[in-house]
Amino acid sequence: MNPDSPTIAVVDYGAGNLVSIGHALERVGATVRLASGPRGLDEADGLVVPGVGAAGPAMGRLGRARLVEPIRRWVDDGRPYLGICLGLQLLFEASDEDGAETLGLLRGRSVRLEAAPSLPHIGWNQVVRSRAHTLFDGLADDVDLYFVHSYAGRPDGRDADAVLATTEHGATFVSAIARGPLLGVQFHPERSGDDGLRLLSNFTSIVRRSGGRPD
Amino acid sequence: MLRIRVIPCLDVAGGRVVKGTRFVDLTDEGDPPELAGRYAEEGADELVFLDISAAPEGRGTLLDIVERTARRAFIPLTVGGGVRSAAEMRAVLRAGADKVALNTAAVADPVLISRCARRFGRQAVVVAIDARRRPAAGADAARASAAGAPAAWQVVVRGGRDATGLDAVAWAERAAALGAGELLVTSIDRDGTRSGYDTELLRAITARVGIPVIASGGAADPADCVAAVLEGGAGAVLAASMFHRRIHSIDDVKQALAAAGLPVRATNAPAVAGDLAAAMP
Repeated sequence: MNPDSPTIAVVDYGAGNLVSIGHALERVGATVRLASGPRGLDEADGLVVPGVGAAGPAMGRLGRARLVEPIRRWVDDGRPYLGICLGLQLLFEASDEDGAETLGLLRGRSVRLEAAPSLPHIGWNQVVRSRAHTLFDGLADDVDLYFVHSYAGRPDGRDADAVLATTEHGATFVSAIARGPLLGVQFHPERSGDDGLRLLSNFTSIVRRSGGRPD
Repeated sequence: MLRIRVIPCLDVAGGRVVKGTRFVDLTDEGDPPELAGRYAEEGADELVFLDISAAPEGRGTLLDIVERTARRAFIPLTVGGGVRSAAEMRAVLRAGADKVALNTAAVADPVLISRCARRFGRQAVVVAIDARRRPAAGADAARASAAGAPAAWQVVVRGGRDATGLDAVAWAERAAALGAGELLVTSIDRDGTRSGYDTELLRAITARVGIPVIASGGAADPADCVAAVLEGGAGAVLAASMFHRRIHSIDDVKQALAAAGLPVRATNAPAVAGDLAAAMP
């Protein structure tokens, strides 16, 4: 790994705005590689899975790109993963949105936001930390970040304590999770101004400290 | 709780930011990506680009501006002006925009709203409504409209030049039902006049739709922005010359909103921004 600029693969499966996430990661010092197939992960030190939209079609596209098993292996190997929005929801076992079976790397499901005054939940909202974590270094405890979604992951069983932050829109939902190097955020750091860039910079540091690829 | 958004609007023509009165008499106000970057640093919650020339030959220039902006302003960007099809919308999104505002093309073909919402998600579809009060309408306009009298506001298109006869409130409801994620409501009577938003127009629409409404046209000072939210029910306020000419800052508006008890996103402390810049190559 180039310690100055770790390589972060951004999974490109036709589900969302990769332009912003690519620019934002480059801005915080990462070397960005778009991964549209399994080979795209070969040289990477960290993995970002972005995405907006429904879980079912997204899993279909990941499958056609032959990325499902490589992503599972990546997480099983304990390597740094940041899921953004749908990229967080896909970590759970299933989604209520269309009944899709998702990656199953975390216990729990993605559920529709309960009691929401408006859906989709679009705009800046407060992210309240449940515990300290280096991903949020330098951010206020109740920082405002930018959201665009109607569903959110709800961890349970052994992963109930993976909750890192919560947000309120009608009711409280999980807006960030962490289980070791497996990280996920429901908001869009690439669209959340300086605070979002700071979070991506923190992820890049986590990737840097992970020491890169296993032999 | 969602924050009230403060949105600088950059009217773009021929690759420059311009601002006119009632869509004419344009004056040059700067380079779009540069202004966008400045506003992002100053705490803008989103940015809107409106290509007011919207000439087909200017498309390449607009996409280039969007791309350069996406490299330096890491906040949501909406682009409007002359987008006529899902394919054109895709090109703008691929250049780095998060949302596209549909206006004249949606009036001509309302199903375009549904097509774009299905393809890109409703969060990416903003319907821009330019409304003008009917000549007879006065202070009693809202009451007359509620009482079933002829609609007080009609939709105008092509940059305010053509009247459609369409009732602006009914069109807002239809656009929401067809899949618009939010509405950008501009009072053409007030646009560029610095006489305040048309809060009656805003209230007439926000009372009927469940999606966020962005107030536009006429903002002169922070008090107008507070009125757009408290009286008009808007979820976001958009302004151009007030910010471009540095008459008031984004922070001025946020402080006024906060003082009125409205939730706003804290503007970054300069120390944090400077520290962050230093940490980046």
